[in-house]
Amino acid sequence: MTDTVQPPVFVLDMALAPPRNQWWDVWDQFRTHKGAMVGAVVFLLIVFAVTLGPYLWRIDPTFIDIKDRNKGPSLVHPMGADQLGRDILSRMLSGGRVSIAVGMVAMVLGLIIGTSVGVLAGYFRRLDGILMRITDLFLALPLLPLLLVMVMLFRDPLAGSFGPEAGIFILIVTAIGLTSWMHTARVVRGDVLALKEREFVLASRSIGTPPRRMILRHILPNVMSPIMVSASLGIANAIITESVLSFLGLGFPPDFPTWGRLLFDGVDYLQQFPERVIWPGIAVSFTVLSVNYIGDGIRDALDPRIRGR
Amino acid sequence: MFTYTLRRLLMAIPTLLFISLVIFLLIDLAPGSPMSQIPLTIPPEVKAKMMKALGADQPMVIRYLLWCKQFFVIEPLHIIGNWTGFDLAGNAQRVVSWQSRSPVADVIAQRMPQTLMVVGLSYVIGILIALPIGIISAYRQYSWFDQIGTFISMIGFSVPTFFTGVLMIVVFSIWLGWFPSVYDTTLQVTDWASFKEQMRQMAMPVTVLALFNASQISRFMRASMLDNLGQDYVRTARAKGLTERVVVLVHVLRNSLIPVVTVIALGIPTIFGGAIITEQVFKVNGLGALLITAIYANDLPMVQTLTFIFAVLIVLFNLVADVLYGVLDPRIRYD
Repeated sequence: MTDTVQPPVFVLDMALAPPRNQWWDVWDQFRTHKGAMVGAVVFLLIVFAVTLGPYLWRIDPTFIDIKDRNKGPSLVHPMGADQLGRDILSRMLSGGRVSIAVGMVAMVLGLIIGTSVGVLAGYFRRLDGILMRITDLFLALPLLPLLLVMVMLFRDPLAGSFGPEAGIFILIVTAIGLTSWMHTARVVRGDVLALKEREFVLASRSIGTPPRRMILRHILPNVMSPIMVSASLGIANAIITESVLSFLGLGFPPDFPTWGRLLFDGVDYLQQFPERVIWPGIAVSFTVLSVNYIGDGIRDALDPRIRGR
Repeated sequence: MFTYTLRRLLMAIPTLLFISLVIFLLIDLAPGSPMSQIPLTIPPEVKAKMMKALGADQPMVIRYLLWCKQFFVIEPLHIIGNWTGFDLAGNAQRVVSWQSRSPVADVIAQRMPQTLMVVGLSYVIGILIALPIGIISAYRQYSWFDQIGTFISMIGFSVPTFFTGVLMIVVFSIWLGWFPSVYDTTLQVTDWASFKEQMRQMAMPVTVLALFNASQISRFMRASMLDNLGQDYVRTARAKGLTERVVVLVHVLRNSLIPVVTVIALGIPTIFGGAIITEQVFKVNGLGALLITAIYANDLPMVQTLTFIFAVLIVLFNLVADVLYGVLDPRIRYD
């Protein structure tokens, strides 16, 4: 008797279970990707270290203690001090703050431009041709040389009007954002084109939804997955580009450390103190590696063909 | 196919014109251009005369068209004239570098072999490493070879080349002393000893670039092989009794190479961009180093020319990739 009763109760339970948000499924799939989980933990650790670190490790990164110059690792300076006696640990922490801030802001800027272009081109047929031609033209530009030229030409005027640090920050973030939106735009446009033919869009249009609300309420939430994948790629790309610019000496001013700048400064002392190059290099590499793994995990988690297997 | 290629070639002309406009405007409109750096002590009427002599008082459209004429008509005529020995362009003004006062084209021609040797060799080696790794990784998916291969390619893809380059200098030239850390451009290969020296100085830059290229291409190769290994025709081929070797290396590999070949073609111009950093690290005296020194020295004609050459390479290889795709894959018909 009892075992005939048991199964229906179970089925009833399933039927009454509240519907789950799809993002929980995505999260479950993301958790099974080991590399992505390790990447997420490492990335969060780095972000915490560079945001909270300067409050805990209170030596000013620009404080010059000439007595301690070129000292090796000690309790006062765990990573040693540089050629002017500045503490390398605190320079690493505040440098990481700038590098990651540049990466995040440039990524957000690139995503905003890319998503707007993609959605507009996909949704309004009249804009499609012209916007996609512009995207193709941007894809044909030699980006690194153009970035270098932009920094060379606009550095001094912007530094003059916003102050040296803020000016360079604005310049580098804008330059990276303006040159990294094209892939997002292409992917988003493709998805919007497919979404536009779906029944729910037709239903929504039949009750007279204006295009603005249609895009914000119905289209945008459904193209979140490609946007998230390009967000992770965008951070990695922006951090590398910033450190390349700093490494070539066309980035932030010398007294304003970033990881690329620290590496560039360390190259002069390569023979005596190779660790000065290795610390910032490892920091950049670990950040980019973890972000790339997170990106891989997000892509797998958002792919409905893989999810649930 | 032919009409498609022709159409794409014609489409490339407006693209290149647009890019030249961007390069012209970026430098013309920039607040930091030398035209704005005339000292304040010079009286205004002299300044006006200087601007007139340089043609800087003309409207922007005229200046752009004149720049285009010099860039696309006079300079190519000079170059062709130098090759063939005919005097085609007469005494028309060449595009002259502000650093060395010699024609930009001559300087670029001097620097080209170094870049082509280092970058070209590294790209070839990268491809030769990447293809077998991608094939084995995909065929034995999730094996230890695949795990290690994908991990290494992820590292090669994420670690910036300026760090791998500097790291190699630390390990191989400072600690072990095997290779020189600075590339000597004046070295002439005449005998066995100088050839060995050339190999030693090329080893590190080539390795750095080859690793970076191999990691990108092997990811594409693996993904493309995986896509094809699950197809029905593979099961058919196995059911026919073909050996595993023929199935993988003939049927699957040929189909998987189609997207990879286009990726390789698309990567050729970005190699020149990536080489800017490697050339700077190892002090290779090539095109990338030329661009950086020109930027530092505010040498605008040189910067414009080099940037435009990079743009031409990108447009050209985009075209090559598209045409190759159509030639290699019979399912794709552009007409």
